[in-house]
Amino acid sequence: MRSALSEGRAVRWTLIALGVGFLALFLVIPLLAVFSEALRRGMEPFLAAFDEPDTQSAIGLTLLVAAIAVPLNLVFGVAAAWAVAKFEFRGKSILVSLIDLPFSVSPVVAGLVYVLLFGAKGLLGPLMDDWQFKIIFAVPGIVLATIFVTFPFIARELIPLMQEQGTAEEEAALTLGASGWRTFLTVTLPNVRWALLYGVLLCNARAMGEFGAVSVVSGHIRGLTNTMPLHVEILYNEYNFVAAFAVASLLAGLALVTLGAKSVLEWRYGDGLARIHRH
Amino acid sequence: MALLGPSGSGKTTFLRLIAGLEAPTAGRILFGDEDATKLAVRDRRVGFVFQSYALFRHLTVAENIAYGLRVRPRRTRPADKEIRRRVADLLELVQLSGLDKRHPAQLSGGQRQRVALARALAVEPRVLLLDEPFGALDAKVRRDLRRWLREVHDRTGHTTLFVTHDQEEALELADRVAIFNRGTIEQVGTPDDVLDRPATAFVAGFVGEAVRLPVDAAGSWIRIGPHQVATPEENVGGPAELFVRPRDLVIARPGVDAIPARVIGVRRSGTSRRAELSLAADLPTVEIELPEGRSVRRGDVLPIVLATVRLFTRLPPHASRGEVSAKRTEGS
Repeated sequence: MRSALSEGRAVRWTLIALGVGFLALFLVIPLLAVFSEALRRGMEPFLAAFDEPDTQSAIGLTLLVAAIAVPLNLVFGVAAAWAVAKFEFRGKSILVSLIDLPFSVSPVVAGLVYVLLFGAKGLLGPLMDDWQFKIIFAVPGIVLATIFVTFPFIARELIPLMQEQGTAEEEAALTLGASGWRTFLTVTLPNVRWALLYGVLLCNARAMGEFGAVSVVSGHIRGLTNTMPLHVEILYNEYNFVAAFAVASLLAGLALVTLGAKSVLEWRYGDGLARIHRH
Repeated sequence: MALLGPSGSGKTTFLRLIAGLEAPTAGRILFGDEDATKLAVRDRRVGFVFQSYALFRHLTVAENIAYGLRVRPRRTRPADKEIRRRVADLLELVQLSGLDKRHPAQLSGGQRQRVALARALAVEPRVLLLDEPFGALDAKVRRDLRRWLREVHDRTGHTTLFVTHDQEEALELADRVAIFNRGTIEQVGTPDDVLDRPATAFVAGFVGEAVRLPVDAAGSWIRIGPHQVATPEENVGGPAELFVRPRDLVIARPGVDAIPARVIGVRRSGTSRRAELSLAADLPTVEIELPEGRSVRRGDVLPIVLATVRLFTRLPPHASRGEVSAKRTEGS
């Protein structure tokens, strides 16, 4: 039976066609293009691209940066979300705005900030020189820029959920004799575990894929400070299309895996959310 | 003991002060002779049942109840076997045996309420604090739980304070009632005390659906609108307020000096029948409980007398009230 809210057949099909067409044009076809370009000359050149030491070092560096940036932002994100959602203090709205800052600042500007701060002519540059510690055009700069850009992902994911859950369960734990830390570990954290995983996945995807900020601070030194997105650009500019698309397809593959994991989590975490609402 | 008062009168805040979830700006909180004002929440050993129950949603019923025992430091924590035995005992006490593996989301409101109670009892609290324990339940479950809670209280002997805005609940369940108004306690007493001997005008007006009538008092007479009524006691002269409950009025036998009152409506209230009466055009209407078999119609004039006189001189609001900053919790 047709419900009162549904449109006529023609309207429905037009809307569906529009939606699917848009998705295909802007998402599916480009993604397929990446893989087809990468495999255009067959498997052998595709695999050969990964034999390159520079490519391997780019992959290694990307994994290293993500391995440092994600855990740091995990700690920060959880701490910030906890503070914002469960406590009242002065300057709370300022903290919330600060957490959002990396979303509103262009990544290029974010990278530039670190160059201006730690670069040779920068504010803290001479100090870095004295200590023989290189930040700009070196791995620490890339890590810093990545942390800055992926700063809000986990906190943003947790704050609304934690706020919705309120503080009653924490108070209950306290009256039952639990310490603050214990309450956090046994009540607060388990209640947000799915959102937390989801935030980590998003943060990780962005940490691996970040281009703008990293590009400014890295210096593009092959085999040393090239991450995967930067390496793709270099290869492409050298007309080494197969290798460029091969590395790109690996990045895209990572994104797809993340997306898949995210969907699985959403399915479970959505269930968890529904349970919270029924509570 | 019940903490009764209109919403926003400070009942819940008072309960949270005792639990240590809020810090007092002045005064002390005593548990018996021990000063608990500076004691942290976790060291107060209070059992708090929250209005929303606040069960740990990711834990099962049994894990919820065991929580307070499991978070104890190792040297005071009972052995696993002992914890399981205690949880089983408590489940039986709250009549939820067999539901230990469920999650809170899989329970009804009444069941959650009982889990919350069992969880609070598990830590053997010095005082049990219940915040609107029946607030979120429907009327039938509410009545059953009320009776059951009284039984549990009598069996376990825990000092119990509960917050409610439902008079019937407070008066039925509690041995003593504290009446709250705007952050101060107006009266503490047995249900009979607060009903029959209200200490302040607020208590007289709040408990028992009283209507306030402005009157003038002089000697052993009061004037209600155009009517003169004799009172059993001497009154302080001047403007006063008369608090009239439905049961305070009775229909006069013929020959007795009575106030003529016009019936402006008849309605049912629960199992009883009530008539709404007008004593004079510019006075608020009062209600009278009708005896069974007495037929009354709109427009009739009934002769009525005051069976009980509850009179308070009209004071500037909140003039004569003791500050209540600290409170002992003993008995219930």
